[in-house]
Amino acid sequence: MTPAIASEQQPANGKSWLHRLNPGWFVALLPLSLTLFFAGLICRVAAGEVITGSYPWVPSLGVNLSFYIDGLSLVFALLISGIGTLVIIYAGGYLAGHPQLGRFYIYLLLFMTAMLGLVLSGNIIALFVFWELTSLSSYLLIGFNHSQPKARASALQALLITGGGGLALLAGLVLLGQVGGSWELSTLLTQDIVIQNHPLYLPIVLLFLLGAFTKSAQFPFHIWLPNAMAAPTPVSAYLHSATMVKAGIFLLARFNPILGNTPIWQCSLTATGAVTMLLGAYLAWQQTDLKRILAYSTISALGTLVLLLGVGTAIAVKAAVVFLIVHSLYKGALFMAAGAIDHETGTRDINQLRGLRRVMPITFVAVTLAALSMAGALPLFVGYIGKKLIYEAALTAPSAAWLLTGSVLLTNTFTVVVAGLVAVRPFWGQLKPTPKPAHEAPLSLWLGPLLLAGLGLLLVGLLEFVPSSLLTPFLATSATAIADELVRVKLAAWSGVNAIFWLSLATLLAGIGLYTGRNGLRRLLSPANALTAIGPERIYERTLAGLQIVATGQTRLLQHGYLPLYLLTIVLTTAGLIGYTLLTRYGLNIGTHWSGVRMHEITVAVVILLATIAAVVSKSRLATIAALGMIGYGLSLLFVFYGAPDLAMTQLAVETLTVIILALTLYHLPRFSRLSSTAGRTRDALVALTVGGLVSVLVLTVLTVPMQSRLTPFFAENSVTLAKGRNIVNVILVDFRALDTLGEITVLAVAAIGIYALLKQQKQNEQNE
Amino acid sequence: MEIVLALVIGGLFAGGVYMLLRRNLVKLLVGLILLGHGANLLIFLMGRLIPGRPPLVPVDATHPVGLFADPLPQALVLTAIVIGFGLQAFALVLARRLYQSAHTDDLDQLRTTET
Amino acid sequence: MHSMILSTATRYLLPLLLMFSIFLLLRGHNEPGGGFTGGLVAAAALVLYGLALGLRSARQLLGIDPRMLIYVGLLTAVVSGLLGLLSGQVFMTGLWSTQTLPVIGKLGTPLLFDVGVYLVVIGVTLTIIFALMENETDSKTGSLKEE
Repeated sequence: MTPAIASEQQPANGKSWLHRLNPGWFVALLPLSLTLFFAGLICRVAAGEVITGSYPWVPSLGVNLSFYIDGLSLVFALLISGIGTLVIIYAGGYLAGHPQLGRFYIYLLLFMTAMLGLVLSGNIIALFVFWELTSLSSYLLIGFNHSQPKARASALQALLITGGGGLALLAGLVLLGQVGGSWELSTLLTQDIVIQNHPLYLPIVLLFLLGAFTKSAQFPFHIWLPNAMAAPTPVSAYLHSATMVKAGIFLLARFNPILGNTPIWQCSLTATGAVTMLLGAYLAWQQTDLKRILAYSTISALGTLVLLLGVGTAIAVKAAVVFLIVHSLYKGALFMAAGAIDHETGTRDINQLRGLRRVMPITFVAVTLAALSMAGALPLFVGYIGKKLIYEAALTAPSAAWLLTGSVLLTNTFTVVVAGLVAVRPFWGQLKPTPKPAHEAPLSLWLGPLLLAGLGLLLVGLLEFVPSSLLTPFLATSATAIADELVRVKLAAWSGVNAIFWLSLATLLAGIGLYTGRNGLRRLLSPANALTAIGPERIYERTLAGLQIVATGQTRLLQHGYLPLYLLTIVLTTAGLIGYTLLTRYGLNIGTHWSGVRMHEITVAVVILLATIAAVVSKSRLATIAALGMIGYGLSLLFVFYGAPDLAMTQLAVETLTVIILALTLYHLPRFSRLSSTAGRTRDALVALTVGGLVSVLVLTVLTVPMQSRLTPFFAENSVTLAKGRNIVNVILVDFRALDTLGEITVLAVAAIGIYALLKQQKQNEQNE
Repeated sequence: MEIVLALVIGGLFAGGVYMLLRRNLVKLLVGLILLGHGANLLIFLMGRLIPGRPPLVPVDATHPVGLFADPLPQALVLTAIVIGFGLQAFALVLARRLYQSAHTDDLDQLRTTET
Repeated sequence: MHSMILSTATRYLLPLLLMFSIFLLLRGHNEPGGGFTGGLVAAAALVLYGLALGLRSARQLLGIDPRMLIYVGLLTAVVSGLLGLLSGQVFMTGLWSTQTLPVIGKLGTPLLFDVGVYLVVIGVTLTIIFALMENETDSKTGSLKEE
């Protein structure tokens, strides 16, 4: 919870150099300390320990706020807090002077809290709550520039798609909890056999996949991610490349030991992953906006991750963990650099950017390092290891190995083109004039990209030359947590000239070739792009438009604004439901043993009925008031007859006062006018008589059921002994149920003050006129 | 007597519902009052009819002897009567204010929030 | 609505009705009566006084704004509940004196609570009706006419 709380304490406004320093440096202290904290846990987790903790949250439902930190959680936690630190510093520079920077940080830290909660949760209900919180904070962040209609529409689209998936996930989690008999992850992890043999296994898997695929932008739900680029670039770098879109991957990885290793799981993941991977890569290199290029390439990477989890072999899981880290590093760096270019030149269109390497040398270095890692070009970069592992996983896949290898090869070729578009095209050649005169970005804008890109080099160094470092066992525990079997990790960038080496080389050469001939190819492919007209984007728009039509129609139908019709609907529905239950459950059994009728009682009853008729048919307001008074006094007489003196006195006094109030108010209201048609009156009279008859039958039916109150004997027994009062009604009011009475007199007080205010306001209005 | 009272309750409900469905603002309020009376009597009757024996404990006893009227529905109805009084007063004054600003008592004319 | 007989009768009725309302309040725990009934009777008495002798004299007789009675009444009711809390028990636990008084019986917090109810009921009723009557005199039309 700490980040969300801390976000409210914005740094104070200093006067000196502190004042000019971007507040990101201060805010970043929080995620930085979290990063250090998580880094401190590596030791324990790498040794195979699972750190858990639990606090009761809704104990009656077995829902706890529990934490479960193993290798997988810790990899994610480190990425979230580490990249979060850099993004927060970056945002301080990117949005420098923005009037709503404080709000931005609140959203960002809210997201960070939610994302950390998601990956560290040990309880699936808590996990869901955090899952939805990430969707919500993503909505706020995409729509941060809320004055732009595009940003609002994109935010809504992302929320609808990920939120809809979230609902599916909730259903899946609830089913899983029911089948597995616990909300706790640690228990569920031991229940995999029970769950996989349960008839509900298939629905659970489908619901989980829906949740994960929407969140991680898998085909056909990928459309929200490119549109989410309407968000400020720090958000794109953080949520939509490094962290939130990986929540779906995390979900699949986390539940792989429970749900995985079945044909349905492997087939859906592999197929969806492969399609998404290819589609993303194919669309990426055709874009001209730097951020959209990166967004589609992110979709491709997410597809690759899903594919690897679907293959599910030890090597594939290992490849997934490594590629996850690698991708977060280089994609985060590239996004931040793209934002820096946008910030310093005023455009993100690669057709307008040339020769920036002279004016933005540091950004150039960062982008080049990140792009080399992305292309997997040189064994010097951790990206090369990732690429190598993916090829290895595809080659050794249990089925369709060659098909997968081919897809990966094609995807990687496109990825090389994307790397070229990002790193070569804007930076080389002659400097072109840009909307803003280009110059190097400030420290806060290049620090993040440079550090992340540099980390790609550093990790290779650690893996290659310090094999005893913590990194290898740490990655092994992460992979083990996913695969649910011991995975050994021995990573090396260079492993001699073998099939994988040749594949990598082929990728690189094909990529370079494609990069040179990309314009020709684009022209060649342009007819195929007409297909996008019937793509998921169009389906989404149609669905939304259809929903609008349905909503408008049903609002017109139901919200017509005629009060009598509303009331008629309510009355008929209630009467229908009561009548149906009454007749089907009890029939017309109204009993026979009734107490005798005495003359004075029946007189009062007849008077009440006559007065009711008079009140209804009277055309005079005074006659109606008098009739109402008669009913009230009649009732108080009935109360006297049947042992309720308190009621009788109260009713009598209230009736007197009501008549006075009626007399005082009705004078200001118009005479009764005849507004409805005779047909309308007949219809209402029929409805009213039906309801009245129904209530009579209901009363008589209820009276045939013997009374079984446990309260009445309790009150009678304890009235004197406990409450020292002989009037049981009064004792109930002021002692046994005194809290209710306190509530009641409060309501009365509120009503009186409301009336007083209404009348005083009226008086003032009159005086003003 | 229960049958008679059931008919009285039914009559009050019928009258209440009929008035509730009128387009006239004041008639709507009369309907509310009638329904309130009907509901009070209904709750009271649910405690069964015990003529002439209020739920009072004799001076020298610790709990009531013999048959006695059920005190629980009585307490409920007592509360309902007083709350109903507050509600009716509030509704009446509100109707009066509404009429003064909207200049109509026809509910079909009162379909928008603007006056 | 000025009638000589009514105003004279009201002058003599008022103290009787008020005494009766207090009687109802105090004996309510043991016999029919209580805060609601007592409060309504007292309010009705004051309203009658107002109708007979004019709103101003009714207000003068009362001495304070009826809204004040609502606040004091609510406060009394809450305090009666808090006394139980202060003595280390649950909110609204009844506390009782050991002596027995005539009519009232034993003194205790439930009685204090009932006094609060009594005051609130008087305050609410009078607030509503006095405000309505005030509007009535302002509208320059004294009485209710049949259409």
